[in-house]
Amino acid sequence: MPKWILGLMLLFGCGQALLAQNVEILTFEQLQARMANQKQEVVVYNFWATWCKPCVEEMPVFEKLALDYQAKGVAVVFVSIDFKSKHAKVVEFVGQKQLKSEVVLLNAPDYNAWIDKVSPEWSGAIPATLVVKKTGRVSKFHEGSFTYEELVSFIKPLLK
Amino acid sequence: MQKVLSLFAFMTIGILAFAGVEVGDVAPDFKLKNIDGKMVSLADYKDVKGVIVIFTCNHCPYAVLYEDRIVALNSKLKGLGFPVVAINPNDASKYPDDNFEGMVKRAKDKGFNFPYLHDESQAIAKAYGATRTPHAFLLTRGNSGKFSVAYIGAIDNDTENTNPDKTKYIENAVTALNSGKKPDPASTKAIGCTIKWK
Repeated sequence: MPKWILGLMLLFGCGQALLAQNVEILTFEQLQARMANQKQEVVVYNFWATWCKPCVEEMPVFEKLALDYQAKGVAVVFVSIDFKSKHAKVVEFVGQKQLKSEVVLLNAPDYNAWIDKVSPEWSGAIPATLVVKKTGRVSKFHEGSFTYEELVSFIKPLLK
Repeated sequence: MQKVLSLFAFMTIGILAFAGVEVGDVAPDFKLKNIDGKMVSLADYKDVKGVIVIFTCNHCPYAVLYEDRIVALNSKLKGLGFPVVAINPNDASKYPDDNFEGMVKRAKDKGFNFPYLHDESQAIAKAYGATRTPHAFLLTRGNSGKFSVAYIGAIDNDTENTNPDKTKYIENAVTALNSGKKPDPASTKAIGCTIKWK
């Protein structure tokens, strides 16, 4: 593609649309099925929302982890709990931030029906993170934000 | 399906961050500054069957979504013996909107018909074990004047307010209490903003 066309596209914001992922909408049962059948050895599911400032602030930490620990079988999935009606806003956000890790939107408005199934330790406040290890079916949960160092030491026991 | 179910068998590691109160416990009293400058405490509530304590704030979009419903809740349930008392526990240095002036403005703009108290030290939110906004604690008043916790959790199961068949947890709990029954469910969870701790 000629550079000037790409330049024009970026100028009119089409470049972002090209780079953006489409953000699949999942029910809670579909998310559970994903967790049960995950390909990678360790998947970090980060529950967030576009309106949650501490969530947005910690996203680079998860992106860095995904990059640094990819070879060790670690992947990150950002699980947006924005309303389904805000799907377009989530897609736009993901494009703007150029998130590399997969982003899904959890369409499960009856929160009380599933929060305990993610972890009985979760009060419902976000950010919150569930790490699932395929072998041995071990999971670990944390409510609150992470620094990079905290996140690494949180997942390390699951990498052995 | 078996694989899905086996997810529940996952071992979870970790500790609970907050103790707080449980259903059945005595409710901690408080003395906090209201938006009109006067102090309000649980002990002031003598001619009630109970009090609906709701930890909330000005900035959180999920708290904002519930503002009109909390006003309506107070209109409906105060007359049944259960007035609302809202408490903002957030550290305003993290969110300037959540400071006392912000509370006064928010209450005026939204026509709050209930006290809106400032838990500046965050001691009351910690004593109750509140973790998010909004986070409700339905209290009943015993004959001795002591309050006890009858329900903890969400106001209803429809934060976005689009489901006409929503389950109104607080209203149902008050109806149960007023007919001599225990609320069922006695506790629920919901997505909310983390309380901004100092």
